[in-house]
Amino acid sequence: MSLSPPPPSPGPAARAVPVAPARTFSVAIAGSGGAGVMTAGTLLLDAAARAGLYGLMVRTSGPQIRGGEAAALLRLGPQPVATLDDGFDLLLAIDWQNLHRFADEIPLADGSLLVGDVDAGEAPEVLRRSGARLHALALKKTAKASGGAWVNMIALGLAGTLAGVPLAALETALRASWKRSTESLAPNLAALRQGVEMAHGLPGERPPPLVPPPHAPAGRWLISGNEAAGCGALRGGVRFVAAYPITPATELLEWMAPALAQVGGTLLQAEDELASVNMIIGASYGGVPSLTATAGPGLALMAEGIGLAVAAEVPIVVVDVMRGGPSTGIPAKSEQSDLSFAVDGLHGDAPRLVLAPSSIADCLTTTEWAVQLAEALQAPAIVLSDQFMGQSRAVIDRPAQAAEAARRLTAPGSAGPQAPAYHRYLDTPSGISPMAVPGTPGTVYTADGLEHTERGIPSSQATDHRKQLDKRLRKLQQHAYGPRWADIEGDADLAVITFGSTTGAVREAVARAATQGVALRLLSLRLLAPLRIDALAQALQGVRQVLVVEQNHGGQLLRYLRSRADLPGRATGLHRPGPLPLRPGELCAAFVDWAAAHAPQEVHA
Amino acid sequence: MNDTTLEARLSAADYKSDYKPIWCPGCGDYTVLSSLTKALAMIQRPPHEVAVVSGIGCSSRIPAYTTCYGFHGVHGRSLAAATGLKVARPDLTVVVTGGDGDGYSIGGNHFMHACRRNVDMTYIVMDNHVYGMTKGQASPTTEPDWDNKLSPGGTGIRAFNPLVIALASGANFVARGFSGDPNGTAELIAQAIRHPGFSFVEILSPCITFRPEQKQWKEVVRPAPVHPTDDPGLAARRLMTDDGFNLGVLHAGSRNPYPARMGQAAASLADLESEFEL
Repeated sequence: MSLSPPPPSPGPAARAVPVAPARTFSVAIAGSGGAGVMTAGTLLLDAAARAGLYGLMVRTSGPQIRGGEAAALLRLGPQPVATLDDGFDLLLAIDWQNLHRFADEIPLADGSLLVGDVDAGEAPEVLRRSGARLHALALKKTAKASGGAWVNMIALGLAGTLAGVPLAALETALRASWKRSTESLAPNLAALRQGVEMAHGLPGERPPPLVPPPHAPAGRWLISGNEAAGCGALRGGVRFVAAYPITPATELLEWMAPALAQVGGTLLQAEDELASVNMIIGASYGGVPSLTATAGPGLALMAEGIGLAVAAEVPIVVVDVMRGGPSTGIPAKSEQSDLSFAVDGLHGDAPRLVLAPSSIADCLTTTEWAVQLAEALQAPAIVLSDQFMGQSRAVIDRPAQAAEAARRLTAPGSAGPQAPAYHRYLDTPSGISPMAVPGTPGTVYTADGLEHTERGIPSSQATDHRKQLDKRLRKLQQHAYGPRWADIEGDADLAVITFGSTTGAVREAVARAATQGVALRLLSLRLLAPLRIDALAQALQGVRQVLVVEQNHGGQLLRYLRSRADLPGRATGLHRPGPLPLRPGELCAAFVDWAAAHAPQEVHA
Repeated sequence: MNDTTLEARLSAADYKSDYKPIWCPGCGDYTVLSSLTKALAMIQRPPHEVAVVSGIGCSSRIPAYTTCYGFHGVHGRSLAAATGLKVARPDLTVVVTGGDGDGYSIGGNHFMHACRRNVDMTYIVMDNHVYGMTKGQASPTTEPDWDNKLSPGGTGIRAFNPLVIALASGANFVARGFSGDPNGTAELIAQAIRHPGFSFVEILSPCITFRPEQKQWKEVVRPAPVHPTDDPGLAARRLMTDDGFNLGVLHAGSRNPYPARMGQAAASLADLESEFEL
């Protein structure tokens, strides 16, 4: 089965879908470049967090480098938010410039509010047709009258109040982020309050606002997936990064550049991705845990280098922040379509690690785990993040400090002339052989992408090739990965399998289906390669049918699982390419239909 | 390395491994290997503190023929791997070796950027104007009319001038050697290693299997009739007009090398992470 693109607005929100377990509030703040919608969105998320709420903010924009239309898409609620909702309670448009382009991304429905500027002309027809209640307010005029304040501060006050975020939290967030003169702060604070007043004065019905907890818990973080991945890399021990800028991975690198310098590492901008992957291989050969970040086109260029890391057994981590493909594709929009390439896209028999974080918070922990696994197993690890997680921000609980990190097994070295010959690629039972660090006496060797003997001497002999192929496969297969290979929830006999950022929407859809009496087991795979075939079989015990959910055109996860494992029943795929996210409502509806089609046959006596 | 701390001086033999090269008899690369080990003995850095990095091709087999740490990577990417290694491990002496196909064709982009980045390492290219390992195709330095199976009648494309490209891209040290002059070449390599920043040593190294006419190179090479200059413009003008057989140091510049930044921690991870806390 496949999901077709949702119908034009009114979208899924207009459908009768069950409410999520906890009420959330979804806001879109949109406008043309310079309107400051991203600033308003970021401040709203910050204020919500200060008020004790969780939230998620997704950025979306047109193709222009600067000055194009943009929208901040927020969903706030009392529990951690991992996915956008089916529709929006509020679309606040500072102007209507090209806003019709976002109609599919910002579904509105009968109960929604559509707020625009009274002087901005008529709202686009596609938005007026949505059934949302339209309010035209004097946004720009009021801002101008407030000592030349910015119009996005009016928007912040309006949207925050409608969502239930208290004025005090909005003010605190604005003050905390203010980097200009104190004189210019006052009119903007005034504008913020004007926006609050406008919200209170709106006539007619409105979606119920959230009620923040009386006390905001301490210790929460506000972070993007790209920052989280960078932070996880540092926690894992990465101290060298070489990379070539590419959307949507660049922010990860821009966060790491000064951070690495602070902790005694360095980031080097390479001339291309061929260079960046070989640079990190060189640095890691030198004993320094190393990483690069890229997107699909860069990953494709790195393929030969990743194969070298396999053959020469050099630990590296490649974070692929996936975007729409193939080729240049849709650079600033999300898709889970690099999976096939990541798991199968190297020449030769080349065992590698492939991991996928399932949320913004998990970008940290999974990238950290990827560094540990790469180091411990002396193999390349590809981390499949994506634009949705990478460029979105979320309020998360402070990520726990990992237990003792797995480390690279190094050769101790020896000084004497009687030192036994060092065998870099020794065929050990675990497949892991001690790796000498250059500078260590007594263990010189040549790391080689040519097939080699245990000593590292090039060899084209069948026995050496077989031995080294077995060794490189065995070390990945035999490692004790523990329970983190997947998140497994529920024990129903119908199972939904997914990976990566889609997990958030799938998890919510499973919860909604449960309220309709449809019980589903959820598997979100974190370690995609090597696939834990036995653990997967165990996790699927008692399951009659499997549905594989992912955001790509070809059903890559479904095909991958089918090629490696025996899945119970008749495994079916549910997949749609980007850039539109899979939404919990449509997934829930599809799950309920699928479950009905696979209801147990009643036995008549 | 302070020589007086060594119990015994290291000789060239201490840098030569016991692996038998795969090269054809008479290949120029044998003497380049000797020149490299002699140069390392002049430097007196213990072999385990030296890394020899290469790509793919006949000459790229050199790392395993030394007793240094070696890295034999993929075709054309030796400079990238070496850059990562040297930036991450500034304490090591890094020497990169390879051929004209590896360095000027598939690795051409990295060659330019390594020159401009000016990381403190030495790049030795054994230039024989031919692809030897794939058995006789034209390289970027091959004459346009050289007949071969892949390009019958020749490529018709003018040869690449690597020394001029290196100068234009910012290499801090540019020299040309000849494999038939092992002592002179050893001296050039030692100078290159000692010179700060990115040092480029092009060594004419005949392939007598596919280019037997290169045996005549020994008749035409000569010491450059000029002294080294620190003016890249002057060096480039000389090199644009020479016949490719002037040997010696042709440019010794004074650009600052790529700065070593590793190992100076000013903050803890917890400090960094505090930026995310509300």
